[in-house]
Amino acid sequence: MTAFLIRRLMQAGLVVAAMSVIVFFGVNIVGDPVDILVSPEADQAERARVIRDFGLDQPVWQQYLLFLKGVAQGDLGRSFVHGEPALKLILERMPATVELALAALVMAVVIGIPLGLYAGIRPAGRVSKAIMAGSILGFSLPTFWVGLMLIMVFAVDLGWLPSTGRGATASVLGISTSLLTADGLAHVLLPAFNLALLKISLVVRLTYAGAREASQQDYIKFARAKGLSERRIVGVHLLKNIMIPVVTVLGLEFGNLLAFSVVTETIFAWPGMGKLLIDSILLLDRPVVVAYLIVIVLAFLLINFVVDALYSALDPRVRLRDAGS
Amino acid sequence: MTEVSARDVAGVRPLAHTLTQNGEVGGEGSDPVPIETPLRLFLAEFLESRAAAVALAVLALLVAVAVAAPWVTPQNPYDLGSLDILDSRQAPGAKASAGFTMILGSDGLGRDLYSAIVYGLRISLLVGIMSGVLAMLIGMSTGLLAAYAGGRTEAVVMRVVDLQLSFPAILVALMLVAVLGKGVEKIVLALVAVQWAYYARTVRASALVERRKEYVEAARGLALSPARIMLRHILPNCMPPLIVVGTVQTAHAIALEATLSFLGVGMPPTEPSLGVLIANGFEYMLSGRYWISFFPGIALLVTIVSINLVGDRLREVLNPRLRR
Repeated sequence: MTAFLIRRLMQAGLVVAAMSVIVFFGVNIVGDPVDILVSPEADQAERARVIRDFGLDQPVWQQYLLFLKGVAQGDLGRSFVHGEPALKLILERMPATVELALAALVMAVVIGIPLGLYAGIRPAGRVSKAIMAGSILGFSLPTFWVGLMLIMVFAVDLGWLPSTGRGATASVLGISTSLLTADGLAHVLLPAFNLALLKISLVVRLTYAGAREASQQDYIKFARAKGLSERRIVGVHLLKNIMIPVVTVLGLEFGNLLAFSVVTETIFAWPGMGKLLIDSILLLDRPVVVAYLIVIVLAFLLINFVVDALYSALDPRVRLRDAGS
Repeated sequence: MTEVSARDVAGVRPLAHTLTQNGEVGGEGSDPVPIETPLRLFLAEFLESRAAAVALAVLALLVAVAVAAPWVTPQNPYDLGSLDILDSRQAPGAKASAGFTMILGSDGLGRDLYSAIVYGLRISLLVGIMSGVLAMLIGMSTGLLAAYAGGRTEAVVMRVVDLQLSFPAILVALMLVAVLGKGVEKIVLALVAVQWAYYARTVRASALVERRKEYVEAARGLALSPARIMLRHILPNCMPPLIVVGTVQTAHAIALEATLSFLGVGMPPTEPSLGVLIANGFEYMLSGRYWISFFPGIALLVTIVSINLVGDRLREVLNPRLRR
């Protein structure tokens, strides 16, 4: 276990270092940030001042060393556009993104498991076939286009739900959240459903496969023979055994939800990290892009690590090992 | 046993039947029995699923329309001279000032939406197929190399593959696009970089299995060069899973390109793929002009669904374990 931990940490360190080099140098070559920072009417002295202030007159590798020094001190550079530390901007928006991803995760479970169970128990029924066909469609639908259609139907045509922003937020332990106010909940509904759609399909298929497989098993037959009620068989015996793969996959997919929130946040103008990233890419706001990528890579390494460790804890048949050893 | 009966239903007889049948047919001269080449057998089995047959037909139609774009559209959306600003944002079915009917309406620039979709489909398919082929070539060579070389080479290649697959494709693609900037070749590069790992893993997995088989041993016994054994003997036997991964990944590539373009970091406005068209319609959505985003989205959806259905059926037919 300790060897696994150490090797994983070293590997993670290497990845972050490689990432920061690639991204920093790459982003520096793309465009000239001076054009964004300085208004076109500014005179030469003003231009020179901005270039000096942001260290843009130094060679790229020196800028990178400066950047590394900043990283070591928890300072990932200042945003050109907002004039604030990049890390602060990202951390400010992180709760909104995490909240959206969590809401989507809950939706995937609440909608996906009952549908999958229903279809798995009666695989021949017409409704079950419709559910399974729908889940294939859910895999193929492009997320962003579904988002647009949701806005069109529920916000423009029917006018039931708001389509942009986060709504009123309540503050809990210093973190603001939309999930505790009615207005906020109304705002979170559409984007969360949009983000959840793919995961709902996934959960439906997993639950369906699990239920079909489990209902052939001896313990279910035995429970039936014992004369247990259908509700108890499904709710206790079947569900428990289906949950293991579902929980594992959902854990793995949480990171995916965070990444895909980039799309959903842009459509619904949700003020999270993903929207910040897209805005920053479009405005060539380098420090924010670099900081976002480093933060998200760290988050991913952490999530992957936790899932691996949890997996081995939940299922003793899985041994932690490294392919290289 | 079940396999035989399933094939009989489709009018395709198993091989043992065919031999005797052919012998008799030679004598009778009438009632021509179709020659059962592996390809025909494969096609017949593929078409057993009606959904897959329809999907294949739709896909062929889409490709044909995209290739023949200039001949099947009333307007060239790139020819700015033929556009009329008075035609912009017309509802489906409106008459263009040039005389033809805009069956799907027009967008904010006065482009006939149907023509724009056909040309956009052309770009989307081209980008998807180009990146799919490139990623397959790269992934295939690295995967084969890893399987054949083994040892340290294999460990390094597979570690890189694992690492890349642990990050979601959209994130890696966004990262690369942020670094590389806009442009067709940059998008293709980003898509290839995202997808090669899937091919590499697939090829390595099946090459490792094939390597231990007797025909490879026989080829080694004949002292054939390793390159020849890899490319002429092992690779052809790794093709079935590779084809399946290829179709599914091409659909992914098309969806990913559309997503990036929608976010404004993909194809440039001068090369409007379906994603760009949908993004253009976004601003008109809130005023109720749904068609500018709706129809390109339907085209994208139909493309992706039909590729996925074909890929699904290929998996069923090519994987002997899933045979009934």
